Amino acid sequence: MAATTPTLSTPTARGFWKSLRGREALSFYLFIAPWTLGFLAFILGPILASLALGFTQYDIILPAKWVGLKNFRDLIADPLFRISLGNTVYIVLMAVPLGMVVSFLIALLLNQKVRGMAAYRTGYFIPSIVPAVASAALWLYLLQPQWGLVNGFLDLFGIKGPTWLASTTWSKPSIIMLMVWASGGTMIIYLAGLQDIPDTLYEAASIDGASWLRRLVHVTIPLMTPTIFFTLVMGIIGTFQVFSVVFVLTDGMGGPLNSTLVYLIYVYRNAFVFFRMGYASALSLILFLIILVLTLANVRLAGRWVYSEVEME
Amino acid sequence: MATDTRVQPAPAVAAAQPRPLRRRSGLMAVFRHVILLPGVVFFVIPLVFMVSTSLKALRQIALFPPELIPNPVLWANYPEVFHYAPMHLYFVNTLFLVLPAIFGAVFTSSLAAYAFARLRAPGKNAIFIVLLSTMMVPAFVTMIPTYILFAKLRWVGGFKPLVIPYLMGSAFFVFLLRQFFLTIPRELEDAAFIDGSSRLRTFTGIVLPLAKPVLATVTIFAFMASWNEYMGPLIYLSNKKQYVLSLGLQVFTDAYGGEWGLLMAASTMMVAPVILLFFFAQKHFVTGITMSGLKG
Repeated sequence: MAATTPTLSTPTARGFWKSLRGREALSFYLFIAPWTLGFLAFILGPILASLALGFTQYDIILPAKWVGLKNFRDLIADPLFRISLGNTVYIVLMAVPLGMVVSFLIALLLNQKVRGMAAYRTGYFIPSIVPAVASAALWLYLLQPQWGLVNGFLDLFGIKGPTWLASTTWSKPSIIMLMVWASGGTMIIYLAGLQDIPDTLYEAASIDGASWLRRLVHVTIPLMTPTIFFTLVMGIIGTFQVFSVVFVLTDGMGGPLNSTLVYLIYVYRNAFVFFRMGYASALSLILFLIILVLTLANVRLAGRWVYSEVEME
Repeated sequence: MATDTRVQPAPAVAAAQPRPLRRRSGLMAVFRHVILLPGVVFFVIPLVFMVSTSLKALRQIALFPPELIPNPVLWANYPEVFHYAPMHLYFVNTLFLVLPAIFGAVFTSSLAAYAFARLRAPGKNAIFIVLLSTMMVPAFVTMIPTYILFAKLRWVGGFKPLVIPYLMGSAFFVFLLRQFFLTIPRELEDAAFIDGSSRLRTFTGIVLPLAKPVLATVTIFAFMASWNEYMGPLIYLSNKKQYVLSLGLQVFTDAYGGEWGLLMAASTMMVAPVILLFFFAQKHFVTGITMSGLKG
């Protein structure tokens, strides 16, 4: 790096490091050194290793054996791969839009001068800061079929609630319910976005006689599309990685009958229960690829519906 | 916002609007509460019942419909929790993970962030792009190779795998802090630098004190992340004496299934510090989330 074109003040490479600019550069490298070390050891190294590991058979004790595409062929034939991917996609397809819609509606209602606004905002937000493990423990209790709060509530309307986590039909909706309950972070992001919309736009629309609904459709939503886009992408990325909540709710089993076997539980099981590091790495790579493709597709499609003040090139 | 002409004074608009609309905006306010109130109850009541259930005996818990305020209030679950699991030990163990993570955020990350915000060096932009792209790599991608690395180092079964990576800071914090440092006027640092203060002294003496608000935000983020951390401890810790709170809670979900009072008491112990922190530092929670949301 010292081999940059020598200028008047830095006649030689040695001179560069002694010059003011050279010492500034040196400080830069020293300042970022701890982070760089961590990056090399715990991010770049592992990424490169995982690219290779996916093509091996490896149990940590015996040396890794190169097996080519075998892991990926096995994976296609593996019913649990399909089930876990299907379960995860189901949860993503339900929880992400539902969480976004609920958050948006709440943010919309809170973005008015409502009495008790601060208390409302706190109330909606608090579930999202409850540690995942604790919220799973709490929902174990809430969803208890005989006397849990959820079925107690349904009973008020004469509905006999399902057995939730013990039912293959209702186990995934149970998880989705928990996720929507904990989506207060998205609400806060929307609220901040809504508050950034200038009042003058609404006033102009009002003068033109636009109704509440028309202002929503023609002013609020278009101006919120960048924020909506961001939460959509982050929601998809995050929800594909659902693990802790499901692990605690189902004792690490993904039951009943694999109905909540989410992708990362299956990766975890292969890597840290069966010690099939190669196969688990292949599984990880596939999920990474799926997330990457979905994110890129979202970015591609964004031009069609995301409003941007600067025209996209 | 603009519907409510009473609280959003926009005289020209208000005058132009016909009467019926005004009455409708009053109705709207009532309508909002009609939706917001049950909604907020749905969000908050689970937590209320977590505390309430932690103060009940088993036969009270099995009452249907459940009672909101236990009668009688039973405190015994809390001491009983310690009988099954040494929560105080788990608490200390959790702090062993939390403190290095905060150090990594406040010191390591801000050091790098300052360098990216202020110092010039060949290759800086390329390195910054690399840093940004690491933010897009999900944790599970690096999980298995990192585990193998720690297994080879014989670190599995101890705290090192849960501490050392976090000491090295994180790309997300570096990015967040850099954005803040860019907004601090340069003159102060330049003056100190010209007066002969070293770069590091300038950074710790002048920049860090100015960055207190964003450091608080980053501290909260780091605290929350490691307080909630589950998969890491699950993979690396096997000795029950080394458990952290998130793992300790599982003692009550599996081995003593059915002891709901104990489970809720243990959960309350894990949640209470987070909620307390939230009430003391509400602003930082919210700015943190919106910063990551809007500028990320």
